[in-house]
Amino acid sequence: MEKKENVISLLVNNKPDVLARVAGTLGGKGYNIETLCVDVTINPDVSKIILTTIGTKATVQKIEAQLARLIDVIKVENLTDVETVKRELVLIRMSLTADNKNELIRRINQLNCKILTFNSDHCVLEFRGNKAEVDKVLETLKPLGIDDIARTGIAALERKN
Amino acid sequence: MKMKGTQILLECLKAEGVDVMFGYPGGSVIDIYDELHRNPAVKHILVRHEQAAVHAADGYARATGKVGVALATSGPGATNTVTGIATANMDSIPIVVFTGQVPTHLIGNDAFQECDITGITRPCTKHNYLVRNPDELASTIREAFHIARTGRPGPVLVDLPKNVIAAEVDYDPAKIKINATKLSLPPKPSSKKYVQFLEMLRAAKRPLLITGGGILLGKAWDELRAFARRAKVPVTSTLMGLGAFPGSDPLFLGMPGMHGTYFANMAISHCDLLICIGARFDDRVTGKLETFASNAQIIHVDVDPSSINKNIVVDLPIVSDAKSALENINRLLKDHNYTATDAERKDWLDQIEAWKKKAPLSYCQDTEHIKPQCVIETLHELTKGKALITTEVGQNQMWAAQFYRYDDPNTFISSGGLGTMGYGFPAAMGVKLAFPDRIVVDIAGDGSIQMNIQEMATCMQYNIPVKIVLLNNGYLGMVRQWQELFYEKRYSNTDMTFQPDFVKVAEAYGWQALRATKPGEIKTVLEQGLFTDRPCLMDFQVSREECVYPMVRPGASISEMTLGTREMTN
Repeated sequence: MEKKENVISLLVNNKPDVLARVAGTLGGKGYNIETLCVDVTINPDVSKIILTTIGTKATVQKIEAQLARLIDVIKVENLTDVETVKRELVLIRMSLTADNKNELIRRINQLNCKILTFNSDHCVLEFRGNKAEVDKVLETLKPLGIDDIARTGIAALERKN
Repeated sequence: MKMKGTQILLECLKAEGVDVMFGYPGGSVIDIYDELHRNPAVKHILVRHEQAAVHAADGYARATGKVGVALATSGPGATNTVTGIATANMDSIPIVVFTGQVPTHLIGNDAFQECDITGITRPCTKHNYLVRNPDELASTIREAFHIARTGRPGPVLVDLPKNVIAAEVDYDPAKIKINATKLSLPPKPSSKKYVQFLEMLRAAKRPLLITGGGILLGKAWDELRAFARRAKVPVTSTLMGLGAFPGSDPLFLGMPGMHGTYFANMAISHCDLLICIGARFDDRVTGKLETFASNAQIIHVDVDPSSINKNIVVDLPIVSDAKSALENINRLLKDHNYTATDAERKDWLDQIEAWKKKAPLSYCQDTEHIKPQCVIETLHELTKGKALITTEVGQNQMWAAQFYRYDDPNTFISSGGLGTMGYGFPAAMGVKLAFPDRIVVDIAGDGSIQMNIQEMATCMQYNIPVKIVLLNNGYLGMVRQWQELFYEKRYSNTDMTFQPDFVKVAEAYGWQALRATKPGEIKTVLEQGLFTDRPCLMDFQVSREECVYPMVRPGASISEMTLGTREMTN
């Protein structure tokens, strides 16, 4: 069976240690959380955790069953093959030098990045897109000297209910 | 009305029908103990180690079907409960463990006797709580009990900061809200599942039932017996399920798996329909998964959806508690006027009889040395199979499962999943408190008994006349057996010849104590020890290098067993 990246969306009670429980359940069984996105929903008592993990279909089904068992987990959904919008945001800090400045500005416009700060020797950019697009932007900017990045992980929402 | 948190705790315990709790005081819980002194609402048993408090609550829960309760202080008191909690978690036993905690403003400061017990027990509890707000105390406690006992039962820990339980808040039992979103059970299976069940049963020529702890936790033993007898399906039971189906019934095949009976393992390997109810296909039972029940279609009834298709992919999964599943099945059989005929089962049952005759459970009797199996058999004979048995772990546990026949539910109480040495003696205390008029026996080894031997004092303080049948071989027996069979007798660190005189130790605690060194003494010692109203330790100095047979080598198929000096494969 082949392994692939799965996107799992969890509705959980908005309580202090719920994230630790979810993370612990995966970690305890030896699975890695590749990305994690968590925040409150329109209901302040309910939070949504969207995580990605890599595994075979059988393995991921077991993970979902283990998560569904947790008292604070309300619902578990695998969004990998469902009609969804998947988006990620990345902040990118670049050092600016006489050499790369012009090339960088040209690239920023070409790649559709947004400039958040722009100083004499550094800038912070923002890019939003799906995972493949984010990876592509980072790959393109890497030779120009990326200082540091912060990725949010995938947020996913089904197209319709 | 306004009440102190400590009072609320006791009121909640009373409302939950708790009549006994096991605990050990300390700084963080001294207010609770002060409240108990003023208001002995619940009987409290002072143990001598917090691990024993949890095992005793666990044993009490298994024997009665109620939720067991333990109380410990913060820090080391709490960490001492972890083994007991993990034990209950692996066997799905409903207990609530209350631990004291430092005041909320000190949490995270490395305060005296502070420990993140909710963090530590997160993976080994069904759920746990840290009560930060005194207004939430009552509903948290009620919710804890609800979670412990519903669905697949399990241990729940409630961490109580000292300032939270000292605070005074309004307490109105009518206003307590349990957060119901997740506490409801999964939907009932559709009736189509049971129709399919009946179809598969009708088509089967060699059906077999494998039952486990879920029958006992689901209180489904009557329904199981009705089904098995009507459908004339032979029954094998995992360690955790012993007693659900009567051991003396001709349809019973004993335990399967690593130390199961020859005939149970053969039946699994040759059946064409395996009906598993309330068991989880644990590795001790299945052996090599690829060859497990390879000739059979498999039906799996389990209350926990995550248990289904976890180890073995089955043909008909049914998510349900055992009782309602069997009720539905029995009703369907009745509606269809289905009873299996003797003729249709003859060949299969005859084959099983042949296996039983070929290799019954056996051991070599000896005139010089006491055989531990013989001690168990004599124990069964003298108690007429009506004692409540708890066990420690290892060879003592296996012989207790093999050579004592359990005809009634909740009469065999043993740490199956975690395999905790030191479990049996404190568990026996819990069992005896639940059933003071029954003979309660802990079957122990010399290694295990030393792990909670301090509870002899607890038994004296509260007059709990537990009996300990000590199968004393001066070894860490089961590990020694593996070293003999797989490590060419390299007995690394398993020789425990250096042991105290257990009779003197027991007498020092005020117990009755007896010793047998020759086979002729087995019966007399048991007769003298079992029927007094004093706690009694009976030290049986048994044949040192006795092994548990049959044995399935780790990683082997369960159809390949070693039976003593004979190898049996089929």
